Amino acid sequence: MKNNNFLKKLGTYLFENKVMIAFAIVCIGAIIVSKSPMSFIVDGVITRIGRNTFTVLALIIPVVAGLGLNFGIVIGAIAAQIAVFWSVYWGFQGIQGMLICLLMATPLAILFGFLVGKLFNKMKGAEMIAGLILGFFADGLYQLLFLVIIGGVIPVDNPTIIISGGVGVKNTIDLTNNLKYAIDSVRMVDMITILFYAMLIITAVKAVLHLLKKYTFKKPDAINFGIIAVIFALSYIPVIERWLFADRLVLLQVLTIALIIIGLLQVYKIVKEKLINKNANFLLAKPIFTIILCGVIYGLTYIPKVEDVLLTVKIPLLPFILIALLCLFNQKILDTRFGQNMRTVGQSQSVAMASGINVDRTRVLAMIISTVLASWGQLIYLQNIGTFSTYGAHTQIAQFAIAALLVGGASVQKATNRQALIGVLLFHTLFIVAPQAGKNLFDNAQLGEYFRVFVSYGVIALSLAMHAWKLVKKEMAPTSQDT
Amino acid sequence: MKKIKTIFDNIGLPRLIIGLFFVGLVITSLVLGFDAGPLFSDVLRRWLMYGILVLAMIPGVQSGIGLNFGISLGISAGLLGAVLSMEISYLGNWAEKFGAGSAWLTLLLALTIGIVLAGIVGTLYGLLLNRVKGSEMTVSTYVGFSVIAFMNIVWLSFTFKNGELSWPLQGKGLRNTASLAGSFGGILSNPDVVKNTQPAWLHWLAFRVGGVTIPLGLILVFALCCFIVWLFFRSKLGIAMSAAGENQLFTRSSGINVDRKRIQGTAFSTILGAVGIIMYAQTYGFLQLYNAPLMMGFAAVASILIGGASVMRAKISHVLIGALLFQGILVTALPVVNEVIEIGTLPEVLRIIISNGIILYALSKTKGGNQ
Repeated sequence: MKNNNFLKKLGTYLFENKVMIAFAIVCIGAIIVSKSPMSFIVDGVITRIGRNTFTVLALIIPVVAGLGLNFGIVIGAIAAQIAVFWSVYWGFQGIQGMLICLLMATPLAILFGFLVGKLFNKMKGAEMIAGLILGFFADGLYQLLFLVIIGGVIPVDNPTIIISGGVGVKNTIDLTNNLKYAIDSVRMVDMITILFYAMLIITAVKAVLHLLKKYTFKKPDAINFGIIAVIFALSYIPVIERWLFADRLVLLQVLTIALIIIGLLQVYKIVKEKLINKNANFLLAKPIFTIILCGVIYGLTYIPKVEDVLLTVKIPLLPFILIALLCLFNQKILDTRFGQNMRTVGQSQSVAMASGINVDRTRVLAMIISTVLASWGQLIYLQNIGTFSTYGAHTQIAQFAIAALLVGGASVQKATNRQALIGVLLFHTLFIVAPQAGKNLFDNAQLGEYFRVFVSYGVIALSLAMHAWKLVKKEMAPTSQDT
Repeated sequence: MKKIKTIFDNIGLPRLIIGLFFVGLVITSLVLGFDAGPLFSDVLRRWLMYGILVLAMIPGVQSGIGLNFGISLGISAGLLGAVLSMEISYLGNWAEKFGAGSAWLTLLLALTIGIVLAGIVGTLYGLLLNRVKGSEMTVSTYVGFSVIAFMNIVWLSFTFKNGELSWPLQGKGLRNTASLAGSFGGILSNPDVVKNTQPAWLHWLAFRVGGVTIPLGLILVFALCCFIVWLFFRSKLGIAMSAAGENQLFTRSSGINVDRKRIQGTAFSTILGAVGIIMYAQTYGFLQLYNAPLMMGFAAVASILIGGASVMRAKISHVLIGALLFQGILVTALPVVNEVIEIGTLPEVLRIIISNGIILYALSKTKGGNQ
């Protein structure tokens, strides 16, 4: 009986994740056929995860708010690219240049997101097609800005990035000496220093507010500050300091640290539930299984072939930390009142309206958040790739990000962090191995390339069609009961 | 005053702006001293070249599936027909057997294969669209993209003997642009081609009057297609189809099978797309494969909207006006822009902004009205 139940569960799991599973099989097949060395694939995938995941995660909030897949993230990317252009033009470099980009791109993205949100409120139910067309339209305006207005109307003088006639921006802008790796190459020691001073300021403000009796200083505030302070102090120990000077870590170290953290978290959970809360219903099986799994994975790293791969691949830290923070943000925002409102709007606008939620405002806010996040994602993407292709960098952004999200098993109405992460992993694995696989199978690398493009369009078409089909069925159901 | 307002409402703001823009461009180019003859010839050629593709929008809109972004299906079927027909004519050595007639036979075979394929594909596509009522445009856009991407794989895997189609050295895969000079390119529209390859009694197909080229053959084909569409929507089937598109519930209650009418409309639209791309290639003189037709559907949609159609209603006059304005602007803008500032890509930018702007405007109109 229990066995039967398990099979049923497995069945629904497989059915719900069919897209993801099918895609995983294609990926594994392509990896085997391509015969590429594992270290090459892992390295490529890690690079691409760091580069693209942030943008994919920017899609989640609009899905929750019922706006569907946000094809309008192109507009966020455009905001970022306008900022990058001016930052390069003014000659800023490194992290300073990146901060200028951030300061310019964010307000622009807020403005664009606001406008897009307003427009989408005029076209409820047609957001996706409108977003798609809007992306093309915005691309046209962007080209007008970069080809004609810059140089034609706004005087600019910089022969390295302006076309020789003095009007229009060149096709590609080299970021090698200014913004390339501006985020990737931030050292751990700098991150800790910045974090410490940020905490110091926040704690100080809280303390002042406490004295002014506008805020009660709580114990966790002090503890948090204490932890950061200790870490900051530790970073002055020479051995640790030398280690912290790195901006990238070998994959093996990252994996080890991650496994240890996961393990400790599980132990903490057990201790908290069993010993402190004395929760009788708490099942030990899951955390213990996770701990054992961590152990097994760690054990696997001792296999020479795996170890070789893990030792050759390096991870830039800050992008991955930012991705983790965004995951956390996506998760936490749903617990706030705004997040709850968004969910209600996403489920049913009339219910939301009846319960006094300002539907239009919620939708506009969701679009603003998504657009801003997309613009940040584009900054991460551009600084990693190192060459800014002025007229091409943004055109495929929405399509690839959406395809990746859908490959992870998301739909028009439901998307989670986990689906985004898995989707990026699978989609970009196929990206890397498809040309080589095409070459080995059909003696033609271009064929693999085309297959990849076909998959990315096809998966979007399929999931849009399935969503629409579901909607029609839902509408049909009550009428068939009536008759 | 009231009368002026009704006229204004009938024309519609976007059409008025774009129309004035076009007139302005024409006047500017004449003032700047461009030759009126070639300019007019170009506008006429481009207008007819895109005409049938824009015409293909009518059955889609009238049968209720909305703007058929999935016209790429028909385009792919047409291209496939053209490619296959050229290969068959090469293998069968038609050029020697039939002489000047071989071009006509190739064109006819291309149209036949294209129409049959488009009919089959269009029917299947119609079945799909019936399952996704209410989201046809979103779905069809991505179905269109997918088909083009799929056809890329197909073009690349064909191994053809005809040297004009396949890459010279690899022996595998078709060219990006295949010249139709040795085949049916220009036989309806290019005076030089007609004079050199066709017998004297066919020279009326394309000729020059003063500086203006009159592609009479192409005009006749386009007129014939328009007439067929016009006639179709006056037949019983066509009227039922329009009714199905206008009000599903009412039509169903009067005993018409709405779903079937929608499938027929979709298939008709797809077939016109296939004919349209073949006539386009015939006029242009080249077959454009791979990603070239990716955004053609958007241009066709934008054209008919500029002509005054809406998501719910489209007429032949919309096609004529829309194709003329849209293509006219693109043709006349290039020389004018080059005279003022030397940016060759500006007309392309203009095309992107105008076509997507007008589609966006039309979408906001219909959906906004439903609120």
